[in-house]
Amino acid sequence: MIFLRRQLPLLITLITGLLFAAQYYVPHPASEQMLTSATKWLQIIGGFALILGVTSLFHQHALKIKRQEAGWGYSLVLYAGMLGTIAVGLWANGKESVDGAMTAFGWIYNYMMVPLQGTMFAILAFFIASAAYRSFRAKSREAAVLLVAAMIVMMGRVPLGEYLIPVSGDVSSWILNVLNSSVRRAILIGVSLGAVALSFKIIFGVERSYLGGGKE
Amino acid sequence: MKRETGFDAARRAYLVEHGYDRSVWPSLVTLVCVLSLLPSYTSAQAPISAPQDVRVFDSPSDGGGSLTVQWAPAPWDGPDVRYQVLVGDAAATDPVALTIIAEFPSNTRYLKDTKTAWWTRKVDKTWHQAFIKSAKGLEVKDGTSYAVAVATVQSDRRAFSQVLVASPSPDWFNWNQLNNLIIAVSFGGLVFYSISHARRNEIFLRRIPGLDAVDEAIGRATELGKPILYLTGAHDLHDPSTIAAAVILGKVAKRAALYETELIVPHREPITMAVCQEITKQAYLEAGKPDLFKEDANFFITADQFSYTAAVDGIMLRKRPAANFFMGAYFAESLLLTETGASTGAIQIAGTDSDHQLPFFVTTCDYTLIGEELYAASAYLSKEPVQIGTLRGQDIGKAVVLSAIGIGIVLATVGVVTGAQWPQIFLDLVRDLK
Repeated sequence: MIFLRRQLPLLITLITGLLFAAQYYVPHPASEQMLTSATKWLQIIGGFALILGVTSLFHQHALKIKRQEAGWGYSLVLYAGMLGTIAVGLWANGKESVDGAMTAFGWIYNYMMVPLQGTMFAILAFFIASAAYRSFRAKSREAAVLLVAAMIVMMGRVPLGEYLIPVSGDVSSWILNVLNSSVRRAILIGVSLGAVALSFKIIFGVERSYLGGGKE
Repeated sequence: MKRETGFDAARRAYLVEHGYDRSVWPSLVTLVCVLSLLPSYTSAQAPISAPQDVRVFDSPSDGGGSLTVQWAPAPWDGPDVRYQVLVGDAAATDPVALTIIAEFPSNTRYLKDTKTAWWTRKVDKTWHQAFIKSAKGLEVKDGTSYAVAVATVQSDRRAFSQVLVASPSPDWFNWNQLNNLIIAVSFGGLVFYSISHARRNEIFLRRIPGLDAVDEAIGRATELGKPILYLTGAHDLHDPSTIAAAVILGKVAKRAALYETELIVPHREPITMAVCQEITKQAYLEAGKPDLFKEDANFFITADQFSYTAAVDGIMLRKRPAANFFMGAYFAESLLLTETGASTGAIQIAGTDSDHQLPFFVTTCDYTLIGEELYAASAYLSKEPVQIGTLRGQDIGKAVVLSAIGIGIVLATVGVVTGAQWPQIFLDLVRDLK
């Protein structure tokens, strides 16, 4: 059992890890074919895993309804929404429109799903304002620097700001292209090295806690 | 007056060195004699000849279906003279019978314009280079021979090179990425050396406030009798940041189990959920509290970005977790999640390598693990020599990158100021590293 639970997954990780790392350096069509096949496999596995996810979701909300936990009404809404969408989706054969006419499935997507997603995204504007208000209060030296930099960039990025303070456009571009870019690149170098080091650790079995922890 | 660039100087030097551009006087005398014999309308046109030293071969380091044509630069290269690349059946011997697949001014398409490293170049970078690939009306198949010729064109005059035959084939190694492979293997070796060094010696680890706060956050949740919310990000397990988030989850779950605090882990991806379930289960076992483990602590919500965000925001507002962890990769949902969390008064710790979301996390969370700190978290929390050794390897790697940047700046500046070509040899070594 220990072989199946620990050694076999580590062996598979080692072989596939080295294989797909090497794939990057091999331009031969066979190498591309291998990558395409693996990607398809992953898509198929992902499809089956979705069953696992949906089962988890149904189970979670069924328990809430059964126990009548706080907000169990939302779980009922989830059940109704999901089962209703599946039903109309099957009825419409998964098509949003037939011969130019919108199906019920298309209606749900265009007039319920899309506006709800748009609403969530639109809330972001208010959240940015509230987060900016909290962060830009000049309570410390760092916050003051942040406030000044943000004001300059904001002025430089809108036509009215640049009209009122012409130099703000150039200063704003300098802040973004020189200061901001160099810091971003420094972060990216660190991230890349960290990701490569983690990949090495996983491929060679040094890091194995993703298998469920433990040290055998 | 247009200033001569480094490439122009290199091209001129090459032409003189290889006899394509000899002393001006003999040519001038000849030219005057010839011109005196020609009608006046041809006097504006310089004499042209067929392209010299034409080479046709299978494109190296590629996936097949491509031929490369190279030929030497000529003194008349300029916007008024054009080159034509012609292709046809291998049996063809007359270049006129071949099909023109490309025509361009003779002062374009140099070897320097293509992304090839110096160790793969067989000719000077001042040479012309063109590729023959499948296009409309032409299918270039591996293993099939093709006849190729190059013509110099001026007005209605054409001068053909000899017809050469070559066939394309795929290659098993991209030699242009040799530098990348060497550096990746060297870095891997460095990491493993650092691990073995860390096993024998104690290595100093600088404090990371965000990770020191993990205990504080879990302790606070325990005191308040409220749950801990842990998110693993938007990506699946293909992304190292999600793996790092899953690894940190193990450490957080172990502490949560020890303190007997409820853990909530909503997921956007079912496979990540299954892996995190195993990690959490093992953490509870290691903490000696297997009876406290709940299978549904990890649960799937949806893969849709804003539906997931709305659901998690709902959990935050209803269950009021005392500690929120945002680890992994995030997009536009980052601020929607953290701002809602901040409004509930929870202590918030974020860790991400999504650099474009860092400002949002920094402004709304109490602690943020920036970039590589996310990957360092596992080592920091476990304090295992193997893990700490990896950090030392990363640090040495960063020092090397920093040195390369410094040296590169100096070399590039020297190259530009002096017009010298040798700095390019060193600069190519660190070019196109992905």
